[in-house]
Order: sequence, then structure tokens, then C-alpha cells
Amino acid sequence: MNVTSHADAPLVDALKRRDEAAFVQIVRQYHGQLLRLAMVYARSRAVAEEIVQDAWLGVVQGIDTFEGRSSFKTWLFRILVNRARTRAQREGRTIPFSSVWDASREPNEPAVDPDRFLPATDRDWPFHWAVPPKAWGSSPEAEVLARESLELVEHAIAELPPAQREVITLRDVEGWESEEVCNVLGISETNQRVLLHRARSRVRAALERHFDLE
Amino acid sequence: MPGGQHMTCKELVELVTDYLEGALPDTDRVRFDEHLQGCPFCRTYLDQMRQTIRTLGQLPEEAIAPEALAELMARFKEWR
Repeated sequence: MNVTSHADAPLVDALKRRDEAAFVQIVRQYHGQLLRLAMVYARSRAVAEEIVQDAWLGVVQGIDTFEGRSSFKTWLFRILVNRARTRAQREGRTIPFSSVWDASREPNEPAVDPDRFLPATDRDWPFHWAVPPKAWGSSPEAEVLARESLELVEHAIAELPPAQREVITLRDVEGWESEEVCNVLGISETNQRVLLHRARSRVRAALERHFDLE
Repeated sequence: MPGGQHMTCKELVELVTDYLEGALPDTDRVRFDEHLQGCPFCRTYLDQMRQTIRTLGQLPEEAIAPEALAELMARFKEWR
């Protein structure tokens, strides 16, 4: 995507002219998203904030060389991801990022506990539900439930393996297209889908455990 | 059975994301839809996945803290 066809193009031009208002606007627009992604790589909130600050400095230092071969957003988030990964390396931490994720080396991870399905030997319904999901529906306290769900989901994401967390954060929390996510994280469409599927399945399971207890 | 003519529930739950992403081959998409038609449990499951995705999309975003913005602006002015 060429940046001239992109919504951020005027802002990028203004930024190149050292326009302060443009900088503030772009920071406000992306800071929350950057922080959320940085939390995947950082051990603490404070470190995540440092990583984001560092990324913004990278933007300032690099904006003159930004040619718009990718969208500004992709470029910005790549800076963040690179700096965060480099930092983790420097600290001697190896994080199993999505970029080095290899499905063939990963254990199989069923979306649903296999015990919830009838065995292969079942005469009538092999591999069909034995313990089916119960509809969550909506209740009179829908609003309370919704707030609860948000907290639960936030918690469930924080527990995900980093590679899954990177993908679900950008795809479902931020609502990005899969192509953008693949570009920023440096992963294939297929791996992206597998990671997204595993992440979503885990978050669904967390919600189910909660709702079933009610 | 996987790859068999009729899709099982166990197979379906592994294909939900491919289905929602429009990444299923036509034959599997047809088998998926056929299974859904006859299986209220899998319809519930698919619903729950959709609800999960919707909830994920509603997580609130944090605004930048005033101190963090002030610090950035100071760096920006230095650079300018």
C-alpha cells in the first residue's frame, strides 16, 4: 500500500515538516495500541511504556527515510516490534515470538478438550459432542456480565503464549486485517491463522469456564 | 471423521477460524455449513466464538498519560 493513498499521509507529511501538532495527533492516535502490543514483550507495565517511548523516538529519527512503501501504521508497529524484540534479546530473554513459531515443532493444541467428544468407537455419533457447550445468552444483568467478560478476556489474553498473544491482540483487539498483521509480525498467513485460532479457542474456553460456573 | 464425507463436531471446532476467515476450501465449507444446519451444539459453539471475538474488540484502549506525552514532546522539540 502506498502511503499517498493512506489516511495517514497528510500527517506523515506534516511530521516530516516537524509539525508539532501532527506529532501530538499521531501519538494520541496510536499510543494505546502500541502500549497494548508492547505489553506482550515487556515484563512490566513500566518496561512496556519505555518500549513505546523508544519506538516514538525511532519514528522521529526515521521519519525522513520513510518512503511510504508500507503504510505508516505498518512502519510504526514494525519499529515497536523490532525494538521490543531486540530489547528482550539484550536482556537475555528468549521469547517464543510468532516470527519464529513453527507449527511442526509445536504440540497439537485442541480447541476443545477431547474428552468432551464421544469416542471414535461410538456406534452412532463418533466424534460428536458428549458435553456440548451451553448457550451463554443474555441475562438481565447483561451490562454487568459484559463488564465481567471484558476483565476475563483481558486476563485470558495476558495468559496466552506470546506468539498467540501478538496475533490476537492485533487481529481481534485492534481489529487489523490479516495482511497487516502478517507484515508487522513477519509471519505467514497460515501461521497467523493457526495462532489466531488457538488464541481465540483459549479465550472462548476461559469465558465458558466462567459462564458455566454461574 | 476428518476428511470423511460428514463433518464431525470435533473436526468442526478446529475449522471455525478458517471458516470465519473465508479460508476453507469449497468442499469443506459446504460440509461445515451442512453440519451446522443439523447441529445446534455446533451452532452454539460458533456463536460463542463470535461473541468471544466481539468481546475482544471491545477492550478499552488507554490514552497516553500526560507526563509521557510531555516527555515525548520535549524530545520532539530537541529533534526539531
